[in-house]
Amino acid sequence: MALHPEHELHRRRNGRNAGLALVLVLFVALVFGLSVVKIKQGDLMQGFDHRPPSVAPRGAGAPAANPVAAPGTPASALPQALSAPAPAATGGQQQ
Amino acid sequence: MADIHSYEGTAQGLGGEAGFGDYVALLKPRVMSLVVFTAFVGLYVAPVPVNPFIGFCCILFIALGGGASGALNMWYDADIDRVMTRTAKRPIPAGRLTEGDALGLGLFLSGLAVLMLGLAANWFAAAFLAFTIFFYAVVYTMWLKRLTPQNIVIGGAAGAFPPMIGWACATGGISVESLLMFSLTFFWTPPHFWALALFMKEDYHKAGVPMLTVTHGRPATRKHIFAYTLVLAPFAVALGLTSIGGPLYLAVALVFNALFILGGWRILRRTEEQAQADSYAVEKSFFRLSLYYLAAHFAALAMQVTIGGWL
Repeated sequence: MALHPEHELHRRRNGRNAGLALVLVLFVALVFGLSVVKIKQGDLMQGFDHRPPSVAPRGAGAPAANPVAAPGTPASALPQALSAPAPAATGGQQQ
Repeated sequence: MADIHSYEGTAQGLGGEAGFGDYVALLKPRVMSLVVFTAFVGLYVAPVPVNPFIGFCCILFIALGGGASGALNMWYDADIDRVMTRTAKRPIPAGRLTEGDALGLGLFLSGLAVLMLGLAANWFAAAFLAFTIFFYAVVYTMWLKRLTPQNIVIGGAAGAFPPMIGWACATGGISVESLLMFSLTFFWTPPHFWALALFMKEDYHKAGVPMLTVTHGRPATRKHIFAYTLVLAPFAVALGLTSIGGPLYLAVALVFNALFILGGWRILRRTEEQAQADSYAVEKSFFRLSLYYLAAHFAALAMQVTIGGWL
């Protein structure tokens, strides 16, 4: 009995596997591309751990933004402006 | 050797060995092309700009959802498909795939499409897609298709939702424009399929599907076709008066609706003897016109928005 490695059954199975592999690769590429676009758009990417510069309050002569350290950031890692005690109710921007 | 023997035995009948194309066929690619086109136009004409890549993803996932509902349809309707000549060569009736394969693929792709659309666009559009899949697979396929001759009318809603989903991807909601795009496809569906049923009657009859031609006869079907062309026209023209309309669309709508009503009138006036004498030439011509009708309307909408409309 001859063995036919290129039988129709093999051809279909190979085609199915190749098709599935292609679909999976395309899906990964799609998710990656989608992630890149979403991140570039910046939808809700900032705001979980700090206030984004674009929405921070601005005042005359004040720094461009009012940075807030992420929760859990050690004091030693903070810049001087952030490690200093926060001014009282009037807010840090008032001079 | 035992393995080779068993392999040879299996190879005699390749029923259980489906190719990749068989899985693609489960998704009804031809129906998907309509979904892709109308969903794209719905998204493109929406007043909110969408990043092109995100737009591409949205269309892809809407199409995937449409394909998933097609697979669920083939799972449930496998018994009918075996009887009808037109569908007998589909993967399940032909024995290349099992009902379980179609059910598994349909459910998996449904979940995937809804989830990915929610992540890519918004959750309203995703919920809308989920409802559309449910409507096609459950309301139409499982419930209405075998129950009432109005199956095409109500079930046609599933095919009319994609432009609304496309619109919802961009805007996150529903508006009069998207409702009119829905109406255009919704009222177009019955005359389109009934014209097909007029010259494919034997298939539906054999399968026991209560198509209007089977339950009420062809003269009644002809009346229904003409009536729907009259109902459809105001919706199609009204779309041209909205914010996404304009003179180009309006001209296309007026011409094609006049032709469609004329076609419906010619079908109404014919007797079965006349139709059989020329092998249903008028009915087939009307069916072809219906394909051009929908394509022309949505293409005109896209072009109108590109060149600018009333506003």
